[in-house]
Amino acid sequence: MSENLILELIDRYLNGDMTAAERAEFETLRKNDANVDSKVIEHKLFVGLIKQYGERIELEKRLDAIHNEIDVHSLKEELMIHPNWLVSMWRHHHSKISVAASIAIFAILSTLFFTGKLNNHDSSFVELKEEIVHAKNQTKRLDSKLDGFIKSSNTPVKPRITSPGNFRGTGFALSSNGYIATDYHIIRDADSVYVQNAAGESFHAKVIYTEPKYDIAILQINDPAFKDLGNVPYNFKKSLSDLGEDVYTFGYPSGEENFGPGSLTARNGHSGDTTEYQVSIPVNPGNSGGPLLDNKGNVIGIISGRQPDVAGAGFAKKSVYLLKAIQNIPSDSLSKDLTLSTKNTLAGLSRPQQVKKLKNYVFMVKAY
Amino acid sequence: MNKDLKASAPTDSEIVLGILNNSEIVLKRLYVTYFPMILQLIINNNGNEDDAKDIYQEAIIVLYNKVKSGEFELSSKLKTYIYSVCRRLWLKRLSQMNRYGGDIRDFEEYLPVDDEVEKHNDRDIQFNKMEAALQLLGEPCKTIMEDFYIHNKSMQEICERFGYTNADNAKTQKYKCLQRLKKLFFQQK
Repeated sequence: MSENLILELIDRYLNGDMTAAERAEFETLRKNDANVDSKVIEHKLFVGLIKQYGERIELEKRLDAIHNEIDVHSLKEELMIHPNWLVSMWRHHHSKISVAASIAIFAILSTLFFTGKLNNHDSSFVELKEEIVHAKNQTKRLDSKLDGFIKSSNTPVKPRITSPGNFRGTGFALSSNGYIATDYHIIRDADSVYVQNAAGESFHAKVIYTEPKYDIAILQINDPAFKDLGNVPYNFKKSLSDLGEDVYTFGYPSGEENFGPGSLTARNGHSGDTTEYQVSIPVNPGNSGGPLLDNKGNVIGIISGRQPDVAGAGFAKKSVYLLKAIQNIPSDSLSKDLTLSTKNTLAGLSRPQQVKKLKNYVFMVKAY
Repeated sequence: MNKDLKASAPTDSEIVLGILNNSEIVLKRLYVTYFPMILQLIINNNGNEDDAKDIYQEAIIVLYNKVKSGEFELSSKLKTYIYSVCRRLWLKRLSQMNRYGGDIRDFEEYLPVDDEVEKHNDRDIQFNKMEAALQLLGEPCKTIMEDFYIHNKSMQEICERFGYTNADNAKTQKYKCLQRLKKLFFQQK
């Protein structure tokens, strides 16, 4: 029997087109011939799939027809959850909003940058070192004059000339053998440092220790011309001083001896800096590094700066930090003993006498 | 509109009976009753109304087949069943499109229906193969196959339609077509 005929029979069998006799005959055939039986099963499955496929297509058509009768659009409007206006605004305009925000941020940053607010520079604080720019020109003129003078006199002797220095400040003796305290910011980046006493004599000094955190530097005079100063007349206060105490400083602002009286006005310095006092002394550039003394001649601080927008407000680093800095000096940096004076010979003297004594121990510091 | 729909919502057993009896009216009421629920689910979860239509019709087909096969038991509400199937189908679709953000905004309770959706998917694959095979088969074979096996037309009718001189020719033609169709169907991966 050919395949063709068998399939024809199977189709008829499955469709129920057979007569009872034919059917019985086919079923016996199916029973006896496993090959025919498996063909029936296979064909039934495949035809079933075709039929189901047809039904599916039919059902989809029916569903589509039903669907087309529904007003989907108005249903959608009704069922959509409308987010609040802020969210929907963000959804619709987020690109524009982002661009606007970036521009705004950029504008703010560039404004800050160009106005210098971004630099950490604090314009409300001025260090009191004195910058001498025009002095350079003067020195040049002096040099050329001198050259001419040397040439005309034909003498090979070259007198020692001390220029006013690139930066100038004040310093004061810690001990009789030439240790001097001053502000770190005066000698910062200096190639060489000279100190000049009230009599106008200059000595070479070297920086042996700095404490940039507290703006403190310790110098040592290492000039052969330097002679022992004699006992330092003041001592250093270890405790805090009280508000309202009469204080004064002595220094060389603008290169002149200068006495500055005032009183202690605050326990904290610039922007609440607890390492400083605030004093009502009209300090000027060049006062930096000068000693701050109380009535009894104790050194209670070192002048460090001022606030330009507040008249008569100066700042002084507390003596405690100076003492700390002195303790921190590595011992191999000290070629001589650094013994702080413990005797106070200023106490009990009148102010002019105190100043007269004091000024031999206060130096102009010149940094090159 | 919603209210009208709810008022005319058929009961679950009405629907099951209607499907078994091929009732067009019941099918329509079923469809109209639950479509808004699914539309709401889809359009509020990154889809549009066309997605809703696709997903909903698939779910109706799943339900329809299940009822027809006699496996359906009214263990839960029909509404919950439809919602669960749609939810499952939509999650699958979303992850296929890489649009699934990890959570879905739900509007109804739902049941786990993974098995049924899997089953439905397998059937779909078979149907897609059949559709492709019929397309490749070309005329007149396609129509002969459809007429005989789907529309249950007799060989006599087919003979007349295609102008075959005798029924044997038509039978031979049908046999050839069927063999080709099988070949095309099983060749596909």
